[in-house]
Amino acid sequence: MFKKILTSVAIATCLSAVGIANAETKVGFVYVGPIGDHGWSYQHDQGRLALEKELDVKTTYVESVPEGADAERVIRQLAADGNEVIFTTSFGYMNPTIKVAKKFPKIKFEHATGYKRADNVGTYSGRFYEGRAILGTIAGKMTKSNIIGYVASFPIPEVIRGIDAMTIAARKVNPDVTVKVVWVNSWFDPGKEGDAAKALIDQGADIITQHTDSPAPLQVAEKRGVYGFGQASDMKAFAPKAQLTAIIDDWAPYYVQRVKAAIDGSWKSDDTWDGLKAGMVVMAPYGDAVPEDVREMADKVKASIIDGSFHPFQGPIKNQKGEIVVKEGETISDGDLSKLDWYVEGVDGTIPK
Amino acid sequence: MLPRLIKRQSPSKAMVYLSPILALLLTLLASIVLFLIMGVSPSGALHAFFVEPISSIYGLTELMVKATPLILIGVALSLGFRAGVWNIGAEGQLILGGLFGGATALFFYEKTGFYIIPLILIMGALGGIIWAGIVAFLKTRFNANEILTSLMLSYVAALLLNLLIHGPLKDPDGFNFPESRLFSDSALLPILYDGTRLHLGAVIALFFVGIGWILLSRTLLGYQIKVMGDAPAAGEHAGFSHSKIIWTTLLISGGAAGLAGAIEVSGPIGQLLPNISPGYGFAAIIVAYVGRLHPLGVLFAALLLALSYLGGETAQMKLNLPVAVTGVFQGLLLFFLLACDVLIQYKIRTSKKSESTIAPAVKSSIKSTSEVK
Amino acid sequence: MEILVAAILTIITAATPLLFAALGELVTEKSGVLNLGVEGMMVMGAIVGFAAVHYSGSATVAIFASMLAGASMAAIFGVLVLVFHASQVPTGLALTIFGIGLSALVGQSMIGVAYDGIPQLHIPVISDIPVIGEIFFSQDGLVYLSIFMVFAVMWFMNKTRAGLILRAVGDSHDAAHAMGYSVLKIRFLAVLFGGAMAGVGGAYLSLAYSPLWVEQMTAGRGWIALALVVFASWKVRRVLLGAYLFGGISILQLHAQALGIAVPSQVMSMLPYLATILVLVIISRDRSKIKLNAPASLGKPFHASR
Repeated sequence: MFKKILTSVAIATCLSAVGIANAETKVGFVYVGPIGDHGWSYQHDQGRLALEKELDVKTTYVESVPEGADAERVIRQLAADGNEVIFTTSFGYMNPTIKVAKKFPKIKFEHATGYKRADNVGTYSGRFYEGRAILGTIAGKMTKSNIIGYVASFPIPEVIRGIDAMTIAARKVNPDVTVKVVWVNSWFDPGKEGDAAKALIDQGADIITQHTDSPAPLQVAEKRGVYGFGQASDMKAFAPKAQLTAIIDDWAPYYVQRVKAAIDGSWKSDDTWDGLKAGMVVMAPYGDAVPEDVREMADKVKASIIDGSFHPFQGPIKNQKGEIVVKEGETISDGDLSKLDWYVEGVDGTIPK
Repeated sequence: MLPRLIKRQSPSKAMVYLSPILALLLTLLASIVLFLIMGVSPSGALHAFFVEPISSIYGLTELMVKATPLILIGVALSLGFRAGVWNIGAEGQLILGGLFGGATALFFYEKTGFYIIPLILIMGALGGIIWAGIVAFLKTRFNANEILTSLMLSYVAALLLNLLIHGPLKDPDGFNFPESRLFSDSALLPILYDGTRLHLGAVIALFFVGIGWILLSRTLLGYQIKVMGDAPAAGEHAGFSHSKIIWTTLLISGGAAGLAGAIEVSGPIGQLLPNISPGYGFAAIIVAYVGRLHPLGVLFAALLLALSYLGGETAQMKLNLPVAVTGVFQGLLLFFLLACDVLIQYKIRTSKKSESTIAPAVKSSIKSTSEVK
Repeated sequence: MEILVAAILTIITAATPLLFAALGELVTEKSGVLNLGVEGMMVMGAIVGFAAVHYSGSATVAIFASMLAGASMAAIFGVLVLVFHASQVPTGLALTIFGIGLSALVGQSMIGVAYDGIPQLHIPVISDIPVIGEIFFSQDGLVYLSIFMVFAVMWFMNKTRAGLILRAVGDSHDAAHAMGYSVLKIRFLAVLFGGAMAGVGGAYLSLAYSPLWVEQMTAGRGWIALALVVFASWKVRRVLLGAYLFGGISILQLHAQALGIAVPSQVMSMLPYLATILVLVIISRDRSKIKLNAPASLGKPFHASR
């Protein structure tokens, strides 16, 4: 009994000690878009808000920071202001983050989606392609025209990975599927994104997926009576009938975990690439239109990705010419995935180079 | 008895300097209301906007870094605006300059030589000149309005940079991300003050202010520009070539914007990115006018606008004000600055007596007859 | 054929916001005022229209609210340039900065809010006619309004006395003033009209095109609208041509991409801009005709000396 009380007192003191430390901990965030974009930056900000709720830390954010000369000044200012952990949440912040980190060796930097690290700079990103494999499975089963439309932003590896993962998964359940890609050259232009979706539907696509920020393509799917998927957040409100599921970027667990590590001193620079298993990539509930057997298949894919028995990029994988580039039993390595720049068989079109 | 504006017989010398101060005071008053509505302390917000960003040497150097492209482009644009040439596509000319300058820097990757930096700057200016040259050519040869062509070419320039950065200019070891290599040290502008980002471009910008001033007040070209803007008919009568003025002003502003682009990539950025300018080419139009199309005025206007950008960042960090507030605040500031300039040419009268109004009427009729000749 | 009809339908929605904003700006410019703040007025129209439909549930209320929002923005501009003689070019640009900021502040609570979009009109019988029925008789009300406005503005400019006066004010404010017209009042009204039309153009984006609110959702369309007025060389029917040309090529390049044409997408995206330049060059060659259309007093301040 006495021992029990002692432990609980010890825990309480520990907690309060942590509490005091937390109150002094400042965490900074740099966003590339306005938090009102309801997409990439919005989701990071949701992560920030969750962090504030979970831990007693003071957060600061700067939104709409251009990825040019301004980024370095903003990151540096956050560092000078005594933020102990700084999350820079867009690829274009990579070199500015590294530059500033050199001048502030005691501060911990976390750069999203990049590949340059240092003792005090870690990188993190989501394995969103895992979610794409689930979308592909559902799309392959549910398409009647066997054409899937893909509204894409810019031809960077992240986006190409998504296209390939979805195509592979869709053709696995339905070898007749082709994926048509339209690049809108913007992350963020609801009108244009919607137009691209319309063009794809007009050309026969009956499933629309997107790698741009706004719910516009999904809204078009709803209006035209075809199906689609939400991007970055659950977009069911915008397309109650059309949304089959959505890939949700959930940065909150990572932010909480890393800031905790920084507080208790266990933080170390590393390269985090988390997916479904760690909860950085989360799937929204299935839409009513998804039939039971398709749900089961999708669940199975999800479970096998989580337990490691299946990888969305495991062989055999053919390129667009139909040549086998990844043999049965092999898997594309993380290194190769991170710079992926070719389409798999089944994607219609060429990558702009 | 509504207050009326009465035209002064000659511009007020005092108001030239007093009107910006009055504008700042009015902005102060209006923003107190704005910040109270937003629920933040006005004194804290104003401190964050105007004082904190420049309360250190580093802050001051950053102010100059931010103002450099605005000064360069603003000075050059004001020449064209004076002549009535509406180049609103400096953004595209800047991008082309960055592209040319950046490609030059990459061409000399891991090479050394004193000639590399001058070459980058020259190529940058050349890129801007080519882009503005298209506008001048279409204007003089086909009569195509430069507002449209220069604006549309800005979008084309952005897409062109994007295309090349996904292609040949991509960093070969960069995991296929759309970024170029980091330039070698030999291709980076020298830093003027250790530990800051203040680079050679700032000196070039100040030099440019001087050149612009001399050009406008001491040369025949400057005189021609002024005449063509004020009274094109008189200018043509005097034998000035309209198309020569179009070519000259467009190439100067294109060259300056291109130079600014090259300075940005070889200065604070240090590599080519898909977005090298957060809209400097458009902001410089405002700078040119708030600076009353005068090089010295442009210098101050550029510093003020740059300060409001830095202040916006500080306000976000210190007070958690969303970036949207910065836009509203900048809008108010510019509105007051532009409106208060009315006091240079006009005075406010509450009485109806207006003995002075006859004179300008006579004056303008004289002016219009001289135009007809 | 089916694809063609579908593409045309998409082109109509892409052209409509441009058409509204450009028509408004044309009237403003015809009165001799150059307002570069179209983007700022549009984005305010977009958020106010969206918020209005969210709270009132009525698309009609929303459309009027967006007009009011655009006109209020234009009023700020009008007071500054007409009463305080502020330079028109920078004041318009400042209005855009102001509008983008203000819309984001106003719209904070509208992010993530869904709306179905304004209803499409289905006129019985004729809208069931294949092709023609689909294209001409089953659009949403704003599309018809935009086309109606083209003819209304054309009629106003060319057939009414008020239109004649407006043009006179834009061509020579001194002469119009001497004839006893109130230059400033007429210009202010033209500026307000321009703002109201930009407001509806913005609302078309947030109510019909992609019915939602996100910050900066106009994505540069105000600039395109400005360019279209120049493209049209201040002729109303050419605004219609310009809006549909620009919208058309924007959509067709998306279709070309979907067909798998092996041209880099960045080059495809350049096409609407390049085509606009090309067509402008072709129609501008005849110097004398353009000169006749451009308002001679465009951008010049006016002060009554009496």
